[in-house]
Amino acid sequence: MIFLSNLVNGISLGSIYAIIALGYTMVYGIAKMLNFAHGDVIMIGAYIAFCALQYWNVPPLLALLIAMAFCTLLGITIEGLAYRPLRQATSLAVLITAIGMSYLLQNLALLIWGANPKNFPSSMIQIPAISLFGEQLRISGVTLVTILANIVIMILLTSFTMHTKLGKAMRCVSEDRGAAELMGINVNQTISATFAIGSALAAIAGILLCSAYPTLMPTTGSMPGIKAFTAAVFGGIGSIPGAMLGGVLLGVIEILGKAYISTELGDAIVFAVLIIVLLVKPTGLLGKPQREKV
Amino acid sequence: MTVRIQKRNQDTKMVPVPSESIIPERDLGKLPVLECKHLGIDFGGLTAVEDFNLTIGKTEIAGLIGPNGAGKTTVFNLLTKVYEPTRGTVMINGIDTHGMDIVQASKLGIARTFQNIRLFSKMSVEDNVRIGLHNQIKYNMFSGILRLPSYWKREKQQHEKALELLSIFGMQDMADMQAGSLPYGAQRRLEIVRALATNPSLLLLDEPAAGMNPHETQELMDNIIKIRDQFQIAVLLIEHDMNLVMGICEGICVLNYGKIIAKGTAEDIQSNPVVIEAYLGKQKEAQA
Amino acid sequence: MNSKKRKLIYNAVTFGIVILAFLLCNIFYSDMSRSLRGQLIPICCWIVMAVSLNLVIGISGELSLGHAGFMSIGAFSGIVVSGWLLNGFQMENEILRLIIAIAAGAVIAGIAGVLIGIPVLRLRGDYLAIVTLAFGEIIRNVLNCVYVSADGASLNFGFIDPNLPGTLLLNGPNGAVGVKKIATFTAGFILIIITLIVVLNLINSRTGRAIMATRDNRIAAESVGINVTKYKMIAFVTSAALAGMAGALYGLNYSTLVPAKFKFDQSINVLVFVVLGGIGNTLGSIISATVLTILPELLRSFSNYRMLIYAVLLILMMLLTNTPAAKAFFINLQGHWKKKALRKSIEAEQGKGGTQS
Repeated sequence: MIFLSNLVNGISLGSIYAIIALGYTMVYGIAKMLNFAHGDVIMIGAYIAFCALQYWNVPPLLALLIAMAFCTLLGITIEGLAYRPLRQATSLAVLITAIGMSYLLQNLALLIWGANPKNFPSSMIQIPAISLFGEQLRISGVTLVTILANIVIMILLTSFTMHTKLGKAMRCVSEDRGAAELMGINVNQTISATFAIGSALAAIAGILLCSAYPTLMPTTGSMPGIKAFTAAVFGGIGSIPGAMLGGVLLGVIEILGKAYISTELGDAIVFAVLIIVLLVKPTGLLGKPQREKV
Repeated sequence: MTVRIQKRNQDTKMVPVPSESIIPERDLGKLPVLECKHLGIDFGGLTAVEDFNLTIGKTEIAGLIGPNGAGKTTVFNLLTKVYEPTRGTVMINGIDTHGMDIVQASKLGIARTFQNIRLFSKMSVEDNVRIGLHNQIKYNMFSGILRLPSYWKREKQQHEKALELLSIFGMQDMADMQAGSLPYGAQRRLEIVRALATNPSLLLLDEPAAGMNPHETQELMDNIIKIRDQFQIAVLLIEHDMNLVMGICEGICVLNYGKIIAKGTAEDIQSNPVVIEAYLGKQKEAQA
Repeated sequence: MNSKKRKLIYNAVTFGIVILAFLLCNIFYSDMSRSLRGQLIPICCWIVMAVSLNLVIGISGELSLGHAGFMSIGAFSGIVVSGWLLNGFQMENEILRLIIAIAAGAVIAGIAGVLIGIPVLRLRGDYLAIVTLAFGEIIRNVLNCVYVSADGASLNFGFIDPNLPGTLLLNGPNGAVGVKKIATFTAGFILIIITLIVVLNLINSRTGRAIMATRDNRIAAESVGINVTKYKMIAFVTSAALAGMAGALYGLNYSTLVPAKFKFDQSINVLVFVVLGGIGNTLGSIISATVLTILPELLRSFSNYRMLIYAVLLILMMLLTNTPAAKAFFINLQGHWKKKALRKSIEAEQGKGGTQS
């Protein structure tokens, strides 16, 4: 039963990783850049939701919407100000910019909300826990909502990229940016839209993350961010189902690793997974191979 | 179409050897420089090159032509081991290159230029050539760090050799310029010099005359022959400029849809109906 | 002026500034504030870190985000070796102990560099960067579980298990406690000089050119017979070994040191030094490492906004050096100055002409 409960916790944590990983995987697939600041957008989203609940006393659903709207704007702004001018630059320059952006967000949050951890209100998700197997396995409301949210987002996003005009444009840009431009697709707008969607999802992930682990600090987002990128690579970068699979597997590996191997080495195990995946199957579980043109 | 066949230099032997070579009665005295047998590669089910057979003798200038997308650059990539062939063998100087990488192929004596120029553009012209000399004039890392006598000696050798190579194209005065700042034609020439610095026995030129004016092209043709004579190497070139191909290539190989459709001398190729069809479409359609 | 002369002058200026700074620090040592004196050795360490990271980022063109990991390996191996020599062999000579400890730090960090480099250098670009970050974090995680004790001349190692005989030198997450401080400013200066000799001479040699070739054009480098992985590895391992040296000196400058000191943030810190000093510019790395280490100490109010300002500077630096618009602006500016200078010289000519007539 302890194993089962660990497994459920792992899937729940993994679902959060999966939602964050979507942001990475979509941006990486379309803009071909590692948006290092994505983890910090999560943290900002959580802070906004925290403010909405704590100070403005709005209902949880509205708090969620406010956080999503704010993060969407933030994502578009970051992309437009910092990343768009570097479209032709080397990946080294873009990555350094993204790291700078990540630190900028963290330190802005530090200035605004201070270094002291905030306790994320539990009023965000008010769903009672359920018990299975006669009280032996308790699954909290947060866990249920997280797993459910993951599944819903995945279905919506997949059908969005398959069936809508914008979704198709995104797939075109990710396949061949030059050709997409020649076909009359506005590449800049498409990339902006990708950042918007990724950032809105980051707000959801931030709220779910802080509902499960209620300590909110300016650095809250950075570790889950890096791990979610690991998940995106694990599942195959650019692939939406890959992000889901990678996220859930990574969450399970982390929780089981902490439970059965060593608490201290939990992060090391996650990163070891990243390294092994990149060496054994660099395209990830569901990724497509790419060939360098000579 | 002006055709200009250059006389070979005198001291090469003309020994008939049975081979896949386009002109068999040439100086394949010892071993052919390059021997491809049934070479082929698939990219995820798509066959890019199929049953490619070619032999190039020492000091032969050969041309590889064909319409766009025929697989010419893919052949170069197969020969230089950028891609591992799906089928067939590539022998360089009699050594099977199966399982080798680009670096090992280069050490066997194959050097190339690129269709889209690939220079070390942030470095000086001389440094570009010196990098080409990497495996020719060597000293180890520690003599470099500690500035041991071998460092000074080899650096001087590298400098002299680099200037000597640059002087082939009269570029020795540009040695200090940044490679990326050179005019287009000079960049193409520098790529050839860099390839020559590796002391190859086979030089692959991927569209060497692209973007050059007729005057520059003429100069290039003279220089390719000069290089062949001076260094005693074989040259295989891809080119769309038919004046150049027909002018200097002793053997020409026509590729279409990844397959060789014709081989022979310039005259053979020019009168070959299959080649004309590949380039211009069927006669009937052309008339219609 | 040809490029060779320019390089020679650049190297001479770099060495000159370092030597001059060292002499000035010694002359005005008594005039320095306590906190500034305390900063001298760390500054030396950060300079070595920045110059060595620049070898990977600027010369070999790969972004390494785990540099602090190599520093921590150097630091803790230096501490262990120094403690072991003192406890096990009663070696009282501090200079000798420091030299051995620094050498050990360099060697062990270099070995770690080889082990990590083998998998890492098979990757490229963003993947390589994120994996170096992962290794940096793994090193810190693992160091949190390592226990080392000296029992006479024998050295005991424990993993997760703190029960070891003898004096504990490394105590897992609590790090090293009661370290004998033997680092000196002169040692720091010598380390900088060694680093400069290694890095600058390497750049201007066959090996350095091969490394830069792999940076500028990987496929072209391979096509002329350069083994890309080998030369990326040389840059990576050299950089790791230099970071290990800096780490050993750094570790032996404090009486306590915890693994948490070498978080990912420290790697970013060094990255900031490199970027603000100019990627590939050794002298720039030295200056920015010095200024950015002293500044937070001098200006308390600055230290609150330090990371914020670094972040903004990182972004601005990248935008200014990498966007076509900014490049065009600088070229225009240059043109403007040139025109101005030209106009001035013409005016001067005319002025001369005027007085003469």
